[in-house]
Amino acid sequence: MDFAQLALYFYGTVLVASAVAVVTLRNPVRSALFLILAFFSAACVWITLEAEFLAIVLVLVYVGAVMVLFLFIVMMLDINLDRLREGFTRYLPIGFLVALVMVVEMILVFSTDEFSVEQFPRPDPHLSDYSNVRELGSLLYTTYVLPFELAALILLVAIIAAISLTHRRRSGTLHQNPADQVKVKSSDRLRVVKMAASPQVEQTEITHEEER
Amino acid sequence: MNIDLNIAAALPEMILATMACLILLIDAFYGNRYRQLTCWTSIATLLLVALLAASDISTQSDVAFGGMYFDDPLGNLLKAAIFLSTAVVFLYSREYLEQRDIQSGEFYVLGLFGALGMSIMASAGNFLTIYLGLELLALSLYALVAFNRKSDRSTEAAMKYFVLGAIASGILLYGLSILYGLTGTLDITGVSTALANSEVNNQAITLALVFIVVSLAFKLGAVPFHMWLPDVYQGSPTATTLYLGSAPKLAAFAMIMRLLVGGLENFHSSWQEMLVILAILSMGAGNLIAIAQTNIKRMLAYSTISHMGFFLLGILSATETGYSASLFYVMVYSVMALGTFGMILLFSRRGFEAEELSDFKGLGQHHPWYAFLMLLLMFSMAGVPPTVGFYAKLSVIRSVLQVELVWVAVVAVLFAVVGAFYYLRVIKLVYFDHAEGEALIVESPVANKVMLSINVLALIVVLPWMGEIISFCTEVITSLAG
Repeated sequence: MDFAQLALYFYGTVLVASAVAVVTLRNPVRSALFLILAFFSAACVWITLEAEFLAIVLVLVYVGAVMVLFLFIVMMLDINLDRLREGFTRYLPIGFLVALVMVVEMILVFSTDEFSVEQFPRPDPHLSDYSNVRELGSLLYTTYVLPFELAALILLVAIIAAISLTHRRRSGTLHQNPADQVKVKSSDRLRVVKMAASPQVEQTEITHEEER
Repeated sequence: MNIDLNIAAALPEMILATMACLILLIDAFYGNRYRQLTCWTSIATLLLVALLAASDISTQSDVAFGGMYFDDPLGNLLKAAIFLSTAVVFLYSREYLEQRDIQSGEFYVLGLFGALGMSIMASAGNFLTIYLGLELLALSLYALVAFNRKSDRSTEAAMKYFVLGAIASGILLYGLSILYGLTGTLDITGVSTALANSEVNNQAITLALVFIVVSLAFKLGAVPFHMWLPDVYQGSPTATTLYLGSAPKLAAFAMIMRLLVGGLENFHSSWQEMLVILAILSMGAGNLIAIAQTNIKRMLAYSTISHMGFFLLGILSATETGYSASLFYVMVYSVMALGTFGMILLFSRRGFEAEELSDFKGLGQHHPWYAFLMLLLMFSMAGVPPTVGFYAKLSVIRSVLQVELVWVAVVAVLFAVVGAFYYLRVIKLVYFDHAEGEALIVESPVANKVMLSINVLALIVVLPWMGEIISFCTEVITSLAG
């Protein structure tokens, strides 16, 4: 067993263990932290499989951005754990039964010759000037151009949906409208009222209109 | 690398995607000043792409994007139907959204993107494209179900739909990944040839099939994966229910044709058994539970479940006649769904939803024309002879008889009789009962009334051309298999 293989098994074990911890731990913050560990181990597994670029992206995007946001939200929300756990024991037997059946089925299927190690021979290692990014790029923009564009549209729909479901104009709150502020003229703000001259005091009324 | 992209084949999708983005911008800049602009441009776009897809129906099959996209008669027919029904949905919804103060451009933009997802599914040539089309549709639908933010019901429905839909997508991906492991390709024709040529383990294929069929059943709302459907139908704004109940059923048919028939037809004996169970349970549970409902949207949700059971009958017979019967059934069903939910929208007005069955009491005295339309709709749903619904039911049951599954046909007929009860009950309420309190008022614009009349009358006017329509469906299906 060479070092790369050893590393693969090590990170694989860590990945599975931390994934188990994510779903079994009581404290949601700890679950989130273990999820980060799981992502990180997955990235390490990918590196041993020569997918360096994807591994870096996984760390950057998921660990760096998504999980940090996730942790923020978990910490800021006051989640009532007892209510989340309601019915857990009630559904445990049936859930366990279903999981057991599925595990047995999967073992039966995946232990057949179809999925044996011989069916998937180890590919030759790439040369040192092999570029992961170039390969990915050329595939994404040729063979997979349609799925790539569709994925972009899905992200667009997600943005539209998120904004249309959360954006609202509350009445009573103060907010700026930069366009109106730029377009404003002196006549909008200042009204000069001429009055007939009188022997008493000469009056000029200046009114300031507050921005709405 | 040299692949033939043949981008021109996907012209309708490209126009639709571009216009959806444009309409989003138009709405952001002019939406407040011209309130109807977004709606009408969306409808115009949909009619244009429907025309493009329809003009392409009789052309030969073609692939684009290196096999990711099929440009064939089935895809084009379904696309034209999907675009047309989405346009009708927008027309009916306009007034409803206006009355509830949730008229905003996002409804139409999300609807357009949903239609795009459906059309991608209709002409998908690769498992990846099917999945992405499905997600595009599903994400738009989740947002549309939650569209009425002020309503708790709507939010709850969206949450249920989202969680269950995500699980179903995960299940589908798992099934597809097993297939990928077995064949080494995601291409539908590639999978089909790989499975035909090699000595693949039957057990592994069956496991993959179970996951795929389960996720399809989830999306269709077939029993026992139907739990989300009544809550979502009842909870979402009626405009969304209308959308949800019509066009996505056509897309589901496309997905079944691509996945089960295109990719896995060699294993039809395996999925046939699964579909028999789903179909029998759906027809049974759907029809029996619908009897107990008092809310018409909920009743129609259960009726959808039973219709999906009938629709599966054609597919499970695994013959060309069966597939074309199912195609015919699902097209007739979407016209009926548009009509019935359109009727509920017609009688809804500001502060009032015509949602309860009792709201329709005495309709015959006050609005004889709409009562007549309701009668046609209910007869068609129940499958009473002069309407198209009868021919739809007849053709799926006949296709089951052809493969000698007589007991399935007998069960189907029995449950159709059970179902007739609650459809006829609506007719009884409409014609033989007196209105409780004030009668229903129709405030909808003329365009909606005319469109609804055309929509419902289509169920009986097409009768003289019934033979042509059915043979056209068969032709479309044969061109796919051949």
